[in-house]
Amino acid sequence: MAESVIKFNNVTFTYNAEENDIPALNNVSFGVNKGEFLAVLGHNGSGKSTAAKMMNALLIPDSGEVIVDGMNTAESENTLNIRKKVGMVFQNPDNQLVATIVEDDVAFGPENLGLAPEEIRKRVDFALKAVGMYELKDREPHNLSGGQKQRVAIAGAIAMQTDCIVMDEPTAMLDPSGRAEVMNTIKMLKDELGITVILITHYMDEAVKADRVIVMNNGEIIMDDTPKNVFSQVEIIKNLGLDVPQATELAYRLNKSGLNIDYSVLNEEECAQAILRFAGVKR
Amino acid sequence: MVKDITIGQYFPSDSIIHRLDPRVKIVLTLVLIVCIFICKNIPSLLAFVLITALLVLVSKVPLKMVLKSIKPIAIVILFTSLLNIFYIRGGTVFFEWKFIHITSKGLFTALFMAARVICLVVISSLLTYTTTPTMLTDAIERLLSPLKIFKIPVHTLSMMMTLALRFIPVLIDEIDRITNAQKARGADFETGGLIKKAQAMIPIIVPLFISSIKHAYELADAMDCRCYTDGSGRTRMKQMKTKASDYAALFVSLVFVTALILCNYAPFITGLTFFNTVI
Repeated sequence: MAESVIKFNNVTFTYNAEENDIPALNNVSFGVNKGEFLAVLGHNGSGKSTAAKMMNALLIPDSGEVIVDGMNTAESENTLNIRKKVGMVFQNPDNQLVATIVEDDVAFGPENLGLAPEEIRKRVDFALKAVGMYELKDREPHNLSGGQKQRVAIAGAIAMQTDCIVMDEPTAMLDPSGRAEVMNTIKMLKDELGITVILITHYMDEAVKADRVIVMNNGEIIMDDTPKNVFSQVEIIKNLGLDVPQATELAYRLNKSGLNIDYSVLNEEECAQAILRFAGVKR
Repeated sequence: MVKDITIGQYFPSDSIIHRLDPRVKIVLTLVLIVCIFICKNIPSLLAFVLITALLVLVSKVPLKMVLKSIKPIAIVILFTSLLNIFYIRGGTVFFEWKFIHITSKGLFTALFMAARVICLVVISSLLTYTTTPTMLTDAIERLLSPLKIFKIPVHTLSMMMTLALRFIPVLIDEIDRITNAQKARGADFETGGLIKKAQAMIPIIVPLFISSIKHAYELADAMDCRCYTDGSGRTRMKQMKTKASDYAALFVSLVFVTALILCNYAPFITGLTFFNTVI
C-alpha cells in the first residue's frame, strides 16, 4: 500500500454548530494515496465539498483530525505549508482567477510564495504549457471559454508545484467540450506530472476514470472502492439518489430483464464486450 | 455585446511606449496633463498638439482606437466650443448679426479649449492603451509605496483595484443574466418615468448585490488556497526596471516642459509680438 498524502481520522464537522446539529461530516476516516486519482461522489449536501475544504485547511474539523503530509491542519502554523502541498480548483472558474491577464493569474500563487522572478517565470511557462494554454498567456480571462478558464486555474496550482490538487466540481458549470478539456488535463496531471488528484463530482462518467471512488451520503462514507466494484452495486447507488454510468445502466437493465449479462461494466466498450460474451454463450 | 469590452482598453504591441517603465509612464502622463494647462499661446499649443500626435504615432496604437476614446466627449467639446464662440467677445469681430457676435477672442478660446481637452483625453487613454491593467496597478502600488510610512495599506489598495478590474466583466455578465431572468418573469424596464424606471432596477440590483458577496467569499477562499497573505514577502514575476530608454524619456520631457514654461512665462519671449495671442 502506498503512503497516504492526506489522511482523515474520525473527522466530524458541523456548520453553525450552535443552531444546527446535523453534521456535514460525521466520523469520516479515509486516506488518499500518493499519486492516485480519487473521485468523491455524492449528491448535494452529502458532505463532499466540506471534505474537500478540509484538505487544505479552509475548514478545520470539530473533532478528529486531518493530516496532510504529516502536518495537522488544525495547527495554524502549518496552514501555509499545507496549502503549498495541496492546491484547489473550484466550481466557478470566474471566482478563482485573480488577475486580468492569464499569465499574471498563474503567477499569483508563486508570487505569494516569495519566489525569485526568474523562477516564477519558469514555473508559469511550464504550467501553461502543461495545460496547453501557453499560446493564450496574454489573453484576458473573461475572453476564455469555461474549460480554458479551469485549465488556467489548474495551471495556477501546477505553478505552485503542489503534490496534490483538490477539484471541487470543476466541470459543473462547463459544457461537454469544456468537461472533456478538464478531464484530459486531469489525466495529464496524474500520468505526466504524478500529481495526486482528488475530484469531487456528481458526473458518474468522470468518476469511472478514477483509480478509486468514495461515495458519500449524509456526511458519511458509504463506499470506498474501485469504480468497478462501486458501480456494480447498482441498487445501493440508486438508493442514494445517484446514477450509474449509462453503460452500466444498460447492462444492469438487460440483466434485470432476465438476460444473464455481467453488469460490472464501466464504459461503452466493456458493455459491448459483456453483451457479445452473452450472445456468444447463446450461439 | 458586453462580452467584447476590453478592460483597461489595453492594445498589445511592442512599441517604445509599450516598453517604457509603467511608473515612468504614469509620471509623464501627469506631467503632460499639467503641461496642457501651461500652454497659453498658439505656438506652444501647436507644439503640444504635435507632441501628442507624435506620441500616438510612436505608440503604434491605431488612429481608430484613439478617435474612439474621444468619441464619448465629442459632444461636450462641440457644445462648449460653440458657447465659447458665441459668448466671448473681444478682439476682431468677424461676424455680427443681431445678438450673435463671432470674435477672434471667442474663436481662440474655443480652439484652445477643444485642443486642450482632446489632448488631455488622448494622452490619458494612451497610458491605458499601452499599459496592461496589472502593470498599471502594480506601478501605482510602487509609486505610492512611500505612503506606507503613514500606515496606508498601499498593497491592499492596489489588490482591490486589480480585483475590481478583474470582476467588471464578470459582473456585467451577471447583470445581463439577472436582467434577462427578470424580463422572463415579466419585469418591465422600458416604460414609465424616471422614478418608475429607477424602481424597476431594484430587482436587478438586489440579486446582483447578493451574488457579488458570494463571489467575494469564494474568491477569498481561492486566494487563501493560493497562499495569499497580506502581500508582505510577495515577489513579482514581472519586474519593473528603469532602463536607459526610461531615463531618455524623462530627459526629453524635462526639456519639453522647460521649453513650454519658458515660451509661456519668460518675459523676453512673451514680449515678442509673435507670441502675443495670449488668452
